[in-house]
Amino acid sequence: MALETRVYQKERTIKFGALLKASLADMYGSRFLARQLAERDIKAMYRQSYLGIVWAFIMPLTTAAVWIFLNSSGTIKLSDTGIPYPVYAFSGTLIWSIIVASINSPMTSTQAAKGILTKINFPKEALLLSGIYKLLFDTSIKILILVVFVLIYGVGLQWSLLLFPVAILGAIIFGTTVGLFLTPLGLLYKDIGKIITFGMQFLMYVTPVVYAIPKTGIMKTIMTWNPITPILLTARDLVVGFTPEYLNYFLLVLIVCIPLLFLGLIIYRISIPIIVERLSA
Amino acid sequence: MPDKNHIISNTNDVLVKVEGLSKKFCKNLKTSLWYGVKDLISGVSGSGQERLLRPKEFWAVKDISFELRRGECLGLIGHNGAGKSTLLKILNGLINPDAGKITIKGRVGALIELGAGFNPILSGRENIYNNGAILGFSRRDIDGKLDEIIAFAELEEFIDMPVQHYSSGMKVRLGFAVAAQMEPDVLIIDEVLAVGDLGFILKCFKTIDTILPDTAVIFVSHSMPMVSRICSQIILMDQGCSQYQGENVSQAIDLYYTRFASNNSNIVFTDHSVQLKSLKILEAKGDEDLPQVRWMDDFKIKFEFQVLKDIQVPEFLITIFDKEQRPVAAFEQRKQEDQLFFKEDNLLSFTVTHKELQLSKGIYSLNVSVINQGSNEPILRINDALKFQVIHSKDIWPPLLLKAAYENC
Repeated sequence: MALETRVYQKERTIKFGALLKASLADMYGSRFLARQLAERDIKAMYRQSYLGIVWAFIMPLTTAAVWIFLNSSGTIKLSDTGIPYPVYAFSGTLIWSIIVASINSPMTSTQAAKGILTKINFPKEALLLSGIYKLLFDTSIKILILVVFVLIYGVGLQWSLLLFPVAILGAIIFGTTVGLFLTPLGLLYKDIGKIITFGMQFLMYVTPVVYAIPKTGIMKTIMTWNPITPILLTARDLVVGFTPEYLNYFLLVLIVCIPLLFLGLIIYRISIPIIVERLSA
Repeated sequence: MPDKNHIISNTNDVLVKVEGLSKKFCKNLKTSLWYGVKDLISGVSGSGQERLLRPKEFWAVKDISFELRRGECLGLIGHNGAGKSTLLKILNGLINPDAGKITIKGRVGALIELGAGFNPILSGRENIYNNGAILGFSRRDIDGKLDEIIAFAELEEFIDMPVQHYSSGMKVRLGFAVAAQMEPDVLIIDEVLAVGDLGFILKCFKTIDTILPDTAVIFVSHSMPMVSRICSQIILMDQGCSQYQGENVSQAIDLYYTRFASNNSNIVFTDHSVQLKSLKILEAKGDEDLPQVRWMDDFKIKFEFQVLKDIQVPEFLITIFDKEQRPVAAFEQRKQEDQLFFKEDNLLSFTVTHKELQLSKGIYSLNVSVINQGSNEPILRINDALKFQVIHSKDIWPPLLLKAAYENC
């Protein structure tokens, strides 16, 4: 067995295939590290907190509660959603929170590891993977809560619920792809993180999170074109047992996302040394 | 796995090859971030143009080349900010060079930060897994080495306690214990071993000694005793450039020290009653600045003091320091029978003699204290009053080379 040889030099030509292969190989090779990091963060978070897991769904729950109150008190008038409004609102905010979390995940995971990034050479893809692990952990709890909600409001369990995780996986892939593209810049400038938080608040209102797409008007056009719409609607339809109306659009978004995700991974791999240099310089 | 490597690979393999390595940094944060954005774009689009200095940039590492084989140890020395750590970061693959090329063969282990990935809330045991995973161990590796790690760190009693309650020394011990399990082909050591108590430092060096013969080591330190003990070649860096490169470790260390040498003697204290007019070594060779004495020569120094106030003949304390500023010897104080007296013009002139000087090769300096004979109050204290060099063919680390004869009996 020959010794593994590494060459470090200024990149001259970029071979996307080789980079992607290396990136995926590193991600596969660092499964244990990623799990260990995710486990560490999850344990540490819950060990130092009494409410623990509650924080995972308190935000979507309160947002939903506000809208449920606004609706039931007649403060605002929403068009019929076809299912009990609380289920509609809560499933919306919950799926939304998963998408937001997955957009933020690559950046926060990398940012949190700043200290070791500048000192130790390890497969950086492990950070992304550990972010996804944490995301899956949070998400599975959220899904359980959602199932309870669905049962309480008498929508009943549907067979389609089994496909719900697939839709959520789509949401995570979409979010991670977007997040990956924002990460390199976001690590350099704090502004990016703020813009994401800020922008997502507005984006929520052009996505059918707490109200349905209107029948006509400019809002209908915006909401229909919004690529998050099919993800959210497909996921919700699967929970309540409707035939997913936007399934084709959903699949289209996914098909576009996957090559972009790979491109994001390549950019991430190239950009980390450049960023580490700026962080430690 | 490394065992297999060791058998197959030739001991004369060049494990680390560095050719014309350069790296630039930016002095201004905002500009640096903006260059970062530009580099991101050119990095992704793969532009191959030559990298020149942009405004507000400087070379942190400039044109460094070396080769390192298995069993060799390269010492990187230089002042703070000379570019040593940057060079290590490039070697470790954390950042990319702006010019030049590095080829590294084999597993690279870095002792740059101990205990990376520790979470303060979690117990020592859990953190062994965290740290181990970051260093590239698998779960099975760690399971198998867990007891050894805990024993090496001497933390059996506290291993299930949250790491935030550990002392800093305990954390470092645990970190090193995990890192010591690496079996690297190339080992990069930054100034990490300075923490911890003496016993632990010795233990660390014992571990490093055992892996040295099978490993190419790159060692950054400000501690010259350690450098001279471990290293077989040296690069002395200054402002990113290599000032000295070669296998003459002691010469490099001397060069390093002369960069610190301030030639003016320092009067640390004086009550203005005496003044040192001159101080020199009699029968010395070499120039005025650095008189030279051969080993086993008689060491004779001549003092000339101007007395400004009416005082009794004081006492003299003369101490020899080595270049590390360690005191290595003191001269006996004046005895009853060694009568000294003032000459006319209030001059006090005398010699101090020590026969057969057995200081080992190197550069030394003299500190002189003058104290009042009766009250022992200080009158004058001069650090670095005189520098001199001891010449001998043999270079040893201890400050004394004692003359010895070996005979059968």
